[in-house]
Amino acid sequence: MNKKQSVILQRTYIILIFCFMYLPIAVMIAFSFNESKSRSNFTGFTLDWYKSLFHNEMILSALGLSLVLALVSSVLATVLGTLATIGINSMSRRTQLIVNNISYVPVVNPEIITGVSLMLLFVMAQNFGLGGDGGLFGWPTLIIAHITFNVPYVIFNVGPKLRQLDPSLYNAALDLGCTPRQAFFKVILPQLSPAILSAFLICLTYSIDDFMISYFNSGTMQTLPIAIYSMTRKKVSPEINALSAVMFCVILAIILISNAADSRAYRKNQTAIRKAMQEEGER
Amino acid sequence: MLKSKTSRWLAGPYLVWMAAFIVVPLFIVIWYAMTNSDGQFTLDNLTQIGRYSSVFARSLILAAVSTVICLVLAFPVGYFLSRLRANKQHIMLMLVMLPMWMNFLLRTYAWMTLLEKNGLINKFFGLFGIGPFNMINTSGAVVLGMVYNYLPFMILPIYTAMTKIDDSIIEAAQDLGCNVWQILWRVLVPLTGPGIATGITQVFVPSVSTFIISRMLGGGSNLLIGDLIELQFLGNSYNLNLGSAMSLVLMVIVLLCMSFTSSFDESEMEGVM
Repeated sequence: MNKKQSVILQRTYIILIFCFMYLPIAVMIAFSFNESKSRSNFTGFTLDWYKSLFHNEMILSALGLSLVLALVSSVLATVLGTLATIGINSMSRRTQLIVNNISYVPVVNPEIITGVSLMLLFVMAQNFGLGGDGGLFGWPTLIIAHITFNVPYVIFNVGPKLRQLDPSLYNAALDLGCTPRQAFFKVILPQLSPAILSAFLICLTYSIDDFMISYFNSGTMQTLPIAIYSMTRKKVSPEINALSAVMFCVILAIILISNAADSRAYRKNQTAIRKAMQEEGER
Repeated sequence: MLKSKTSRWLAGPYLVWMAAFIVVPLFIVIWYAMTNSDGQFTLDNLTQIGRYSSVFARSLILAAVSTVICLVLAFPVGYFLSRLRANKQHIMLMLVMLPMWMNFLLRTYAWMTLLEKNGLINKFFGLFGIGPFNMINTSGAVVLGMVYNYLPFMILPIYTAMTKIDDSIIEAAQDLGCNVWQILWRVLVPLTGPGIATGITQVFVPSVSTFIISRMLGGGSNLLIGDLIELQFLGNSYNLNLGSAMSLVLMVIVLLCMSFTSSFDESEMEGVM
């Protein structure tokens, strides 16, 4: 086999894999414009399913709930996790290892286990009379569950960044007259902020996307994935196709924008470096 | 710097949280698994699981088959992507991850419609005068759903391991007379050992514990462990104690799987050093 043949073979293989990954999504998007409810015959073009999707109370309220839940739980998880990271960093090696290993449990455990174990805890709390007549399940259980599976991602994102920081930065700030509090807020926190921000974004996406853990801890409330699940259980509705198309476009847009921002920041950085080097040279 | 004793207290709230919502729930699972509905100690729940051994066996087999298929499909992808130019790699990686960000219920639903008796795939076969095939509600459909949903989890760690392999290592193997298979088995596989191990856990664990894929693509005849657990906690056969016992067994299975892959990981690393 010569080099050219092997390149062609490689390309074909990659294309086939991408076809496998994208064809189902493409078919769904195509059929979201289908006039009839058929999932195999394309009878004509329509936007009706999008119209009925944007008037679907169940989906809209589930989307609202998911967004609020994601925002609240991500903010709390980020604060809790960032504080924890700083605290953990100043512990002894042994304690650090133990805490980190326990933090790994929700990451490596099957989601269904995290879901049912929290559910059991809440059932027990309910049996002790917590939550009153209405029961505990709903907002409180959802927020607790989402914070619980999100905090580890904050710790594992911010932790490495914190360890990379030069310890003399903090000492220098103290020498220059900062109080420990000022040194933290003016020197340490700005250094950590990119990692904290990316941890926050990770929490948001996990929270919006989560089905398994919410499913066991939502009571009668419906987050967006739970609403999608109940839609797929009921009769055929092309609204799901429309929803997939909308979600795909939103995700694609977010990725493209963040990519463009990244490469712009990169270019800016490069020009700044080049300029600085030129000035250095002129001197 | 922040190594002071006072900053240790900042972890306080999290430690309390961790104890209350990670550690305690796991002990509650164990406690429920070992008691009956009156709170009396019993091992009945665990012994009852024997009745469901066929479901457990099916879960393990389907998850294992899916993991192997993912590995076979993903390995070449990881290699080919790692040999591309840097900017192309970046785009390809985005393409691998994009479907992952789509909600996995929607991804599974897509296959539900494709595999139907009068779905698009059967229609396609019909053009050649063959079929219709009975594809939905089979164990094959469940495996397909698992492979489809978790393939990126196998591609990404293998790709990451591949990027660390220098072209010159492969060239050296070629110069020293290795054929394609020898390069694969003696160079690429050992060097990507840790990536493969990560990929195996990342595919096997969600596959063995899923209940969505089996419910949507497997019909009623392909119950998995996840389905059983869900039925005990939220379904018709509401029995928290039995459900906890099943969860406990599932946790043991996952732990065994992970200790297996991590040992494989280490021995491969030693081989390389």
